[in-house]
Amino acid sequence: MTLDRAKPLLLPISALLAFEGWARATHLQSDSLAPPSEIVAALAGALADHSILAATRDTLFATFAGLAIGSLIGLALGIAFGISDTLDRLMEVTVEAVRPVPSIALLPIALIALGFGYRMEIVIVAFACIWPILILSRAAVRSVEPRLMEVSRALRLPAVTVEIAINPLGLGAGIMLAQQALRPDLMLAYLVWIGAIGYALNMLLTVAQRRLFGRAALSGDSL
Amino acid sequence: MKGGAIIWRAASFAVAAGFIALWQLVANWKLVSPVFLPGPDRAWASLLRGFSSGDLWSKLIGTLEHMAYGWLAASIAGIAIGAMIGSSRPMRTYVAPSLEFLRPLPVSAIIPVAIAAFGLTQGMALFVIAFGAIWPIMLATIHGFAAVEPLLYEVARSLQMSRLAVIFKIALPSASPDILAGMRLSLTVALILSVVCEILAGLDGLGHWVLLSARAFRSADLFAGVILLGVTGYVTSVAMSLAERRLLAWQASQR
Repeated sequence: MTLDRAKPLLLPISALLAFEGWARATHLQSDSLAPPSEIVAALAGALADHSILAATRDTLFATFAGLAIGSLIGLALGIAFGISDTLDRLMEVTVEAVRPVPSIALLPIALIALGFGYRMEIVIVAFACIWPILILSRAAVRSVEPRLMEVSRALRLPAVTVEIAINPLGLGAGIMLAQQALRPDLMLAYLVWIGAIGYALNMLLTVAQRRLFGRAALSGDSL
Repeated sequence: MKGGAIIWRAASFAVAAGFIALWQLVANWKLVSPVFLPGPDRAWASLLRGFSSGDLWSKLIGTLEHMAYGWLAASIAGIAIGAMIGSSRPMRTYVAPSLEFLRPLPVSAIIPVAIAAFGLTQGMALFVIAFGAIWPIMLATIHGFAAVEPLLYEVARSLQMSRLAVIFKIALPSASPDILAGMRLSLTVALILSVVCEILAGLDGLGHWVLLSARAFRSADLFAGVILLGVTGYVTSVAMSLAERRLLAWQASQR
């Protein structure tokens, strides 16, 4: 039993060890790679001076604020569409026209309307969250299995994308800065940290989804 | 029934037209500053002007190229790797959990690493788009392979089919609905990452166009670009659904 649980860990651990060994043997000099030990040291350093924690707070604040606003709008629309078939059919073309706009395309609009900062980021995150929540809640009201499940996917830290693309804020800006400062160890430390935050958030939302939407959400997770 | 559906569709289009009219009114009455919000008339004019001068065409083609190359590379690699992992039990126990663990990583976080490795180049964009788009396809392939009716594998074993034959004759067709669904999800990812890469690296494309328009406060051009991006997202996903239906027609008729 314990052996079975250890099996999935075998590959990442041996890959890390091999990479560490290779980096030491070749005295790796690179702008994009750093041995795992240095990445861990950089992560510890960034945690110790609170820089990564402050960035995490900024990113998570924008994420949760956007999520809350987007969910409220999505939930309200989804419930309305779920209750009233007429409304659902009347709005179909409008929704289908707006939904495929990639949320990142709104970035320049949000930029000129709101400038850099939280507000612009929150708007983009909210826009990205509206649609999956709308579809889920509409399906939940009608108690049908939703056809297309992309919920947890859409909630995968869109804030980081905004920050990397343009907004000088949070984890995305932190990783860009580390890259520009030619600090591959710090850059990869940010990458690992962002991955961990993303993973934790994903777990949290999966649990929340199960609580809130029951089986309808579960069927989507297995995809 | 059929006639009813058409009427509903028409009514729905009318509602959408109503929203556009409302947008026009808001813009005309300057409820929102025209610097931020051009009316649909100005956005449309900018769209036409962009196309007649060829500017928007080249940007649109640039974005479509980034998207298509990255997505195709991701599809080929994703299906190949997914088939390799999905068709072998040891690979599924040892490798698949690591992949599931990597899945929640926001793909855009790989962009700085790619920039450090490749610079602000087309190669960087291709790598990022392919890397981002590969996940849904690869995981869907693994999932599809794992969910193949076990009886079919037993039949294959008793027929002494080779592993390649099993993959191509049994597993791939049976996993194709999953794979195609994964490919459709990947399309959206590829489009988003194309835009982000164009914004960051200044590559020729709609992402670069909307960013430049925003910086110059040319809101009509900006909206034209955003509308075009929405149309791109819509058309590619509709095309993918049609392709899906066509490719899976044999399955529906079997059931």
